[in-house]
Amino acid sequence: MSVRETFLAEAAKRILITDGAFGTEIQNWKLSEADYAGDLGLTHDQKGNNDILALTKPEVPEAIHRAYFEAGADIAETNTFSANRISQADYGAEHLVREINVESARLARRLADEFQAKDADKGIWRPRFVAGAIGPTNKTLSLSPDVNDPGYREIDWDTLVDVYKEQAAALVEGGADFILIETVFDTLNAKAGVMAVRQLEHELGREVPIMLSMTLTDLSGRNLSGHTVEAFWHAVRHAKPVTIGLNCSFGATQLRPHVKTLSEIADTLIMIYPNAGLPNELGAYDEMPETTAGFVGEWAVAGQVNVLGGCCGSTPTHIKAIAEKVGGMAPRALPRLEPVTRLAGLEPFIMEA
Amino acid sequence: MTATPSGSRFVNIGERTNVTGSARFKKLVMAGDYPAAIEVARQQVENGAQVIDVNMDEGLLDAVEAMTTYLKLLAAEPDIARVPVMVDSSKWEVIEAGLKCVSGKPIVNSISMKEGVDQFLDHARKCMDYGAAVVVMAFDEKGQADTKERKIEICTRAYGLLTGIGFPPEDIIFDPNVFAVATGIEEHDRYGLDFIEAVAEIRARCPHVHFSGGLSNLSFSFRGNETVRRAMHSVFLYHAIPAGLDMAIVNAGQLDVYDQIDPALREACEDVIMMRRPGIGEDGKTATERLIELAESYKGKDTVAEKAAEEWRGWDVVKRLEHALVKGIDAYVVDDTEEARAEIAARGGRPIEVIEGPLMGGMNVVGDLFGSGKMFLPQVVKSARVMKKAVAHLIPFIEAEKQPGAKAKGRIIMATVKGDVHDIGKNIVGVVLQCNGYEVIDLGVMVPWTKILEAANENEADIIGLSGLITPSLDEMVTVAEEMQRAEMNIPLLIGGATTSKVHTALRIDPAYKGPVVHVLDASRAVGVASQLLSDTQAVPFVSSVADEYEKVRIAREGKGQSELLPIAEARANGFKADFAQKPAAPAEPGLHVFDGWDLADLAATFDWTPFFRAWELAGTYPAILEDEIVGESATSLFADAQAMLAKIIDEKWLTARGVCAFWPARRDGDDVLLDADDLGATRLPMLRQQVKKSRGRENFCLADFIDDKDDWLGGFAVAIHGIEPHLERFQSAHDDYSDILLKALADRFAEAFAERLHSHVRTKLWGYAPDEQFTNEALIREEYRGIRPAPGYPACPDHSLKPILFDLLRASDNAGIVLTESQAMLPTAAVSGFYFAHPESSYFGVARIGRDQLEDYAVRRGVDLATAERWLRPNLD
Repeated sequence: MSVRETFLAEAAKRILITDGAFGTEIQNWKLSEADYAGDLGLTHDQKGNNDILALTKPEVPEAIHRAYFEAGADIAETNTFSANRISQADYGAEHLVREINVESARLARRLADEFQAKDADKGIWRPRFVAGAIGPTNKTLSLSPDVNDPGYREIDWDTLVDVYKEQAAALVEGGADFILIETVFDTLNAKAGVMAVRQLEHELGREVPIMLSMTLTDLSGRNLSGHTVEAFWHAVRHAKPVTIGLNCSFGATQLRPHVKTLSEIADTLIMIYPNAGLPNELGAYDEMPETTAGFVGEWAVAGQVNVLGGCCGSTPTHIKAIAEKVGGMAPRALPRLEPVTRLAGLEPFIMEA
Repeated sequence: MTATPSGSRFVNIGERTNVTGSARFKKLVMAGDYPAAIEVARQQVENGAQVIDVNMDEGLLDAVEAMTTYLKLLAAEPDIARVPVMVDSSKWEVIEAGLKCVSGKPIVNSISMKEGVDQFLDHARKCMDYGAAVVVMAFDEKGQADTKERKIEICTRAYGLLTGIGFPPEDIIFDPNVFAVATGIEEHDRYGLDFIEAVAEIRARCPHVHFSGGLSNLSFSFRGNETVRRAMHSVFLYHAIPAGLDMAIVNAGQLDVYDQIDPALREACEDVIMMRRPGIGEDGKTATERLIELAESYKGKDTVAEKAAEEWRGWDVVKRLEHALVKGIDAYVVDDTEEARAEIAARGGRPIEVIEGPLMGGMNVVGDLFGSGKMFLPQVVKSARVMKKAVAHLIPFIEAEKQPGAKAKGRIIMATVKGDVHDIGKNIVGVVLQCNGYEVIDLGVMVPWTKILEAANENEADIIGLSGLITPSLDEMVTVAEEMQRAEMNIPLLIGGATTSKVHTALRIDPAYKGPVVHVLDASRAVGVASQLLSDTQAVPFVSSVADEYEKVRIAREGKGQSELLPIAEARANGFKADFAQKPAAPAEPGLHVFDGWDLADLAATFDWTPFFRAWELAGTYPAILEDEIVGESATSLFADAQAMLAKIIDEKWLTARGVCAFWPARRDGDDVLLDADDLGATRLPMLRQQVKKSRGRENFCLADFIDDKDDWLGGFAVAIHGIEPHLERFQSAHDDYSDILLKALADRFAEAFAERLHSHVRTKLWGYAPDEQFTNEALIREEYRGIRPAPGYPACPDHSLKPILFDLLRASDNAGIVLTESQAMLPTAAVSGFYFAHPESSYFGVARIGRDQLEDYAVRRGVDLATAERWLRPNLD
């Protein structure tokens, strides 16, 4: 069975669990600049370059992956949100992009295999998956950073496709099952990510299944490039993603109407991993695990989700609470869509057959 | 649109953004006038185009450059970018460059088998990878399909090839080639009919596909005769659409209604296109010859100038009223309303029917657009102005008839509670509710609960809505709720305003009243809430779901691990230790300074516009908001109106800026600041200290921390904008809520700018501790300067009741004409006051939650009983 089929088979049995935040967990380690930098001999300050820990302090991402698997996760998302040439250039570490991604994927793979084997020893078949996480970069293809020159772009399509492809290839090399294009604030960036994976597939001669996750920037349900949830789905449906969903954005309560919308129109699995509520006045997330689990549990009850997890502010305790809440609940059934033409500008447009 | 028989699913494609089809567009692009070229797209969308066709195939243009430039600029226009794009070129490299700039799911126009199957499939695969639907031209290695048979043959072959590589059939759009008819060449006579028949046949053989066609070819023989061309296009569509044509590249603004075409012309077109009278007729002429003859009589009748006139003025009166309401145009509304009234009267109807019919119909459109996020608040308020003018015209007629008014959807009492004077938000909610058919009885500001309850009973109100901006209003709202309970009322109570929140509503107001209590976050939610509360079917579930939600909030709050508080002694021990070596020198000009009329133009130049837009519920930062994808247009138009009014305010001296400031020798005594004011003796200003346990060695701040034990200084100020009332009255009597709200919002900006300018004057001159500071307006808005000006009632100094002490020190009522209400709100409403702290380390902070121990201590220091202290500090208590 291909990994897509294995995943779909598991998702047909139960609601799968993906992991939670890395950034806030890493903070708990109170790492120093030297911890981040290791002996790589980089010239820039590495503090905050979470992704480089795969090379300099691998026990940190390893412990976090382990904690999430122990909490009940089925999927490990690699700690590679910023492990792309553009973001790493800020740390003077762009030459390490391949290495960071390969090592991060290997690490997650090893843990996934370890937990799967432990279950197998007990006679339980419960596969664990590795999603190679690709962040949006801090450049946008759809918007001009200069208000006086709306036609200006900081980056072009071909460059971004190359950046994504380099990262995706390394993640797959390290053993990632899926490429998770996440926190999509710009739909065109996501489309470039899809193109990168397509090119990689042509080179490898095999399928690299995609997961897509959009992030909303306003309560009306649009991302930064202005696309509604429906328009986003229309714009990326050609990726034939294994999962489509929402992450980050706001807390679960604010996402609710958009989860419902997406669950009704997408004929693929729905994966949602919201923030643990909204940040408080001090910028910290203080939503209790039970609260988060209660909110996302409502989607499970309503039959709107297939994969659940957490984003900013969520901890292994949150993931555990979610896993316990939705354990035994039926996953969402996939809707059958009419073969109509689904186009999109910032808003969806459907041509009836 | 107009040409389509009702019920069809025909898609209009805007074709004016095509250099091969529009000479004007070509000229604009060739000249590099992209802003004007973008406007062409906007007109297309406004005229009903559902997809925008962009074509830059012109020999003298770098088509790749033009295509990408144009598409990137389109992306910055949310009004246009909301619709999908059709990337149109005969050159693949232009199409591919375009696909790299289109963020939604576009249509590629076109690919074909002209260069062979391999290239065709290669392009098709790329379209799949980019995520695009495709137009497939009926073209193969042998050439373009002309006959019905060739069209069918090529299209079915292409269908087989495409579905063979997994191309989704629903993403295929065939263009079986529309060719010119009535050319005089007999072989061309069947072209129209062949197209229509081929579409029907291909549709039957190839499930899920669509059909497109370029209409302008059809009428090519009649270039220059727009009337005939339009008629031909409409007739063609009339017959091709039922056969399966579901999109056409046509100027959406230039189609005739089939039924409204001159019958003689329509007949002649029909004969030609549908081959209804083939060969030579009894008059010795062919159908083509008859059409050409007839065409002569239409030449030049259709001038561009005629169309350029305000086209909508030619519509029927109902459509005109709707258009005026949606666009917020009040120029003709009284005349149009009168016309509608006269029409209705002529058939025995009553004047109220104008409101119930066309006006409410139009406002429903506005309500729907607003509700779905397609219109924004400033536009809605403009629409309301148009509505009010129309209603004002009708009222004498309605009264003369002595008939009861239209049955509103519900009657809502609205009030800003006692002690509070802020009403911009309440007025906006009122306008939005009125737009949606609710009768709103606005009791104004500073309304005591007795009056609210009386008004609700007298008017048999369906809902009461309370508003407030300052924190003491929260308590007053609880009081209103308690009194409603005591009166055993059960109508819903809505809570709104800047300081209100769902949490406060759930924790304090909801438990006080057994009837439904709903917190309304902003104006856009008000209609949804009101309609659900007053619905026969939805009211019960809605009320119980809100009640459940509030119960959850209460439970969550109870169980919430609240941040730990330090005992006040420990908090003090962890207070901020300022470096008093850096403390400011004594003021250059101590004492009291009065300003009777600060230059308004000077203030206008330093406005912080971002909060202005926020008042209108437009989210974003100025100036970026003017270019915002979603609200940019709305913000720009609002900004233009604001600038126009600002100019009048300044030129015609509508307003006066009066203010006062003073500096007093000060010293610190514990958490108090002691002042030695000239003639008032020693004044004690007790301050509050943060008590929440801090992490990582951060201090527990108190404003007193910024003052030295001896030989220090404190300042104070109060500014206000006077003279707004006569103008507001003028707007009210003109039923112009838009200008009313605009002026209030601008007055608030003047007050804030005045506070900012005065502070700067204090820093550089009067106190003079930063004589050389140089800041841009942006830096001032970011408060990059040295020193702070916290206000009583705001986070660093939450006790509103310090305001009377400050005002006495400043003699603010004499010196700046400001008075305080019992809740310590300032009148006039556009006013700002506060203290000046000059120490370089002074900074803003929020006191947040405090403990009983500090409350008790504060009551003693402040010299009030515990209950009074508790009342003023309730927002900071558990």
